[in-house]
Amino acid sequence: MNIHEFLSPPVETARRTGPHDRIVMSSRVRLARNLRGIAFPGWAKKNERVKALDIIRPAVETLPQLSGAFSETMDNLGPLDKQILVERHLISREHAAKSSGSGLVLNKEESLCVMINEEDHLRMQALRPGLQLRQAWLAIDQVDSELERKLDYAFSSELGYLTACPTNLGTGIRVSAMLHLPGLVLAEQITQIISSVNKLGLAVRGLYGEGTEALGNVFQVSNQMTLGEVETDIVERLNKVLLQIIEHEENARGVLLEKKPKIVYNHVGRAYGTLANAHSIASKETMNLLSMMRLGVDLGAFPNSERALIDELFVTTQPAHLQKQFTEKLPAEERDMLRADMLRERLLHVSRPNPKAPGASGPALDKRN
Amino acid sequence: MLCKQNPAKVHLTQIVEDKMQKVDLCEDCAKQKGVNDPASFSLADLLLGLGASQEIAQSASGVEIRCSGCGFTQADFKKAGRLGCAQCYTTFSEGLESLLKSMHKGIKHVGKVPAALRQGRDLSERLKHLQKKLDKAVTAEDFEQAASLRDEIKSTKDQLDHTMAKVTS
Repeated sequence: MNIHEFLSPPVETARRTGPHDRIVMSSRVRLARNLRGIAFPGWAKKNERVKALDIIRPAVETLPQLSGAFSETMDNLGPLDKQILVERHLISREHAAKSSGSGLVLNKEESLCVMINEEDHLRMQALRPGLQLRQAWLAIDQVDSELERKLDYAFSSELGYLTACPTNLGTGIRVSAMLHLPGLVLAEQITQIISSVNKLGLAVRGLYGEGTEALGNVFQVSNQMTLGEVETDIVERLNKVLLQIIEHEENARGVLLEKKPKIVYNHVGRAYGTLANAHSIASKETMNLLSMMRLGVDLGAFPNSERALIDELFVTTQPAHLQKQFTEKLPAEERDMLRADMLRERLLHVSRPNPKAPGASGPALDKRN
Repeated sequence: MLCKQNPAKVHLTQIVEDKMQKVDLCEDCAKQKGVNDPASFSLADLLLGLGASQEIAQSASGVEIRCSGCGFTQADFKKAGRLGCAQCYTTFSEGLESLLKSMHKGIKHVGKVPAALRQGRDLSERLKHLQKKLDKAVTAEDFEQAASLRDEIKSTKDQLDHTMAKVTS
């Protein structure tokens, strides 16, 4: 089975729901592990990498959590396959650049994904929709505990799990969430929020992680410190900060609606106007406009549409997903036209935003703690 | 503090690829490293090195520290920002300590431990505890208890050997 047949269609994945998913698009916990006695992937010779892959891959494949999983070596995946996996946030861009000696094991629900020979021999991650960091941690902790019975991990009682980069040393844990924060961006409070989050020792990054820009007002928040702190403390600390960011975002939306409703609905209306009527549109502009439409849905301006449609378009308008539908390689200009065609078609039955619609002031603010 | 001699006067923070790195320098070290000219100064050279004194000693003897496990050198680390193998953490431990201090909450791991190791640790602690009890029993001339403790110590030792054999195999 190839990866396209294996992956659930975006129309389905966009329907997955979780707590606070109005703002938290997804949660992720990743653990880095290495085998004792084999050099880290970046320094290892090819035969060593192949050796590590041959040890790790069967151990991962035979885990009960990964029965029926998709398992492949990176040299057997084409550039388009890899790009699609990146656009789905299942593998890193660094892993997409790997070839023979590296591998990928992904379960059917797309909730567990193991990268073999990325920066470390093992990068295992649990993914959940909405704010579910604890659940993601429990899931990946269990996978790790089962793997440690089969694999000989590089571990020191002093420094913990030994990783290629000292930034991951100790627990090897990276806890992160993807947040949609259009309110804070429109209210011009985002820089302030980012700098206070940074002060707490947490990183804020763009849509595709390290060194990427925050397209579509989507931000990734994650821990940076991995040594000297217990995993559950790291998870709880991030969880607490995320709940605060959610509250700030909801407040920002509330204040904007109250004080500057024209500005908000101007953004939402123009976004709809462009997306539903354009004949050529680039991926970046699409993301930013979809973000405004998503905000419009949250505020009840599109009473007959759901957030799932917007989330689906967030994925299907990405370059590789668009390219996948066509056999010949498309130049960017042609992709922009096809993207616009698809958007017009998918938004055909979405009626114009109506700020006066019942519930247009938005459903009860999501302030649960 | 870099030279570990004079009090630090210069405190530097540099963001490299979203990662914050901090270093504290005394006035002399700052001058020596050209910190006054931020444009030409890379914190990485300071942090990722093995410390100034060692670097000088190295260039004098012309011998570069090389990891016996994988052949990785300090220069490789400067270039890649990543280590070669697990053993590098021992090879370069001296220089790494200040780096770890600057980027983490602590320098001792307090999180998850593989179950087999945890078991081994628990067993060796239990062994120590039993040994103390045995000493007491012998002093008190309670030979009946001493005999049963000796049996318990033996079985705990066997268990520990068994666990350690699994870990190191």
